[in-house]
Amino acid sequence: MRVFVKIGIVLGVVALVASCQNKSTPNYQYMPDMYEPVGYETYQETRAFRNGKEGQLPVEGTIARGHKPYDYPNTLEGYNEAKLNLKNPTDSVTAVSEDYLKNGEELFNIYCAVCHGDKGDGQGVLAEREKILGVPSYDDAGRAITEGSVYHVIRYGLNAMGSYANQLNEEERWQVTEYVMTLKEDLENK
Amino acid sequence: MIENTYSNMKKVICRNSTSRILGIGLALLLSFSSSLFAQDQEADPAAGKTLFNTYCAACHHLDRRMTGPALRGVGDKHDTEWLYAWIKNSQALIKSGDKEAVKLWDEYKPSVMTAFPQLSDADIDNIIAYTMQPKSEPKVADTGGAAQGGGASGGSGVGNELILGGLILVFGVLVVMLFLVNKTLRRIAEANGVEYPEKEKGLPLWKAFVQNQFLMLVSAIVLLLGSGYFAFGYMMQIGVDQGYQPVQPIHFSHKIHAGDNGIDCKYCHSSARVSKTSGIPSLNVCMNCHKSIPEVAPETGTAEYSKEFYDGEIAKLYKAVGWDVATQDYTGKTEPVKWVRIHNLPDFAYFNHSQHVTVGRIACQECHGPVQEMEILHQDAPLTMGWCINCHRETNVKMEGNEYYTKIHEELSKKYGVEELTVAQLGGIECAKCHY
Repeated sequence: MRVFVKIGIVLGVVALVASCQNKSTPNYQYMPDMYEPVGYETYQETRAFRNGKEGQLPVEGTIARGHKPYDYPNTLEGYNEAKLNLKNPTDSVTAVSEDYLKNGEELFNIYCAVCHGDKGDGQGVLAEREKILGVPSYDDAGRAITEGSVYHVIRYGLNAMGSYANQLNEEERWQVTEYVMTLKEDLENK
Repeated sequence: MIENTYSNMKKVICRNSTSRILGIGLALLLSFSSSLFAQDQEADPAAGKTLFNTYCAACHHLDRRMTGPALRGVGDKHDTEWLYAWIKNSQALIKSGDKEAVKLWDEYKPSVMTAFPQLSDADIDNIIAYTMQPKSEPKVADTGGAAQGGGASGGSGVGNELILGGLILVFGVLVVMLFLVNKTLRRIAEANGVEYPEKEKGLPLWKAFVQNQFLMLVSAIVLLLGSGYFAFGYMMQIGVDQGYQPVQPIHFSHKIHAGDNGIDCKYCHSSARVSKTSGIPSLNVCMNCHKSIPEVAPETGTAEYSKEFYDGEIAKLYKAVGWDVATQDYTGKTEPVKWVRIHNLPDFAYFNHSQHVTVGRIACQECHGPVQEMEILHQDAPLTMGWCINCHRETNVKMEGNEYYTKIHEELSKKYGVEELTVAQLGGIECAKCHY
């Protein structure tokens, strides 16, 4: 009988060790000191700042490096003004160059085509699967988009569309805008 | 189309009651001809639905407020002529000082309703006809079917377990029966006075084993090697988190988003293109779509995760981001979502996403596995140094169209005598490339 007790103990220990291998907790580390960073990590919780987060917004009134202020406010008037007056600051040769448009196309296919469709006709995957409905075609007469309005809407979002300012920087937004305008032309000439 | 035929049929039959067959023939003809006929006679809700989904659904839902008001029964709320004018150019109507128009504008500004000059009166009639349809009951049959389908696949698993359990039970019963039979037989034998031959008390097996020195030596070697093997295996997996699958605060299904809906990885993890970290998307990225998607489609729910479960998870997102579905506005009350990081390299190793994603053009799946099939994300690769190095040895550097590499490619391809350089040949396995 004592043999059974011994076997039981061994099995129990094995089960205990095995149960430590939980998929929902990270594994042991040899030298945690060398694994865990000393500095703050992105998105880390920390008491260094008042709101307890490592990620902070730029101080109000300052502009982050590589960003430029945008003159048009996120209002109806701002939209109308941008639609009329806003032009791509990139020089006209670069703006229609192959690389520029190719980058625009690549970014468009990542960020816009899910809803707007890769031809800009509003027939993206999400529209086809009826997840998001009513995505307009770029040649929609009632909207009559211009490069200014396209940039403005990417920057701020409009109605159901959100802002893409945190996914695309200024240059990328203009690249996408130029590509959208070529799509619009293609749709109109069809 | 069926409804179309039906309504036409009724009309035609009423008119030509004398010749039914001719009438039916005409109805069939009509139904195959352009739907213009139908529009002339009566508004067609089916055509209206298509138009509604194309033009209106971006801002309007039939039963809930979105950017604009809910539209079910809009034909009762406003005069048809007024609706024509409003839809074709709402801003002009507001400027003309129309009371109804100004009231709507006050309620929903600054959202402007886009002008739809391309819609004809007949089109608008069709759309109104669609909005006047009574709310259909949720399709119970559909979800039932889906649940049944799921249940069937889940059922086979349960069936297997049941069979196994049954087998174990049967074996248990057999063992007990054998034991009992043995006992009874013994008793019968005793009662009958049958004598067993007494077992000789020989040397116990283990003592004989211990006394045999050769056997002891062999077994000691086997034991040592065996335990060495397992100890090595155990120690090699310390610090390796392959298969790590933590529970996240919001159940986010990569399968639904990246798999079923085909959303690009970089849509959400946009900083993987341009920075060291791939980034956990901020909640405004979720809201790009979920502003318009407050609940999942009935067919998205599975036996394991019901539609109600998914809807609850979307509600968690709304709570965290402070989105009020009723008013379609942000409340300003937000709370952080504490996502659990899965892929985490030790601090002494440097890894840069943009280097691999943008320059190297490596697909995300090569390191992260088939994420688009994962309902719950787990770490697919071991992320050990050997694993990194192995890929660096096998992968060629994408040099086409990249001026940065032109000169070094010329020199190194001559040196190694190869056309295409691997990452390792370009210095990708030097210690200081990743450890500094």
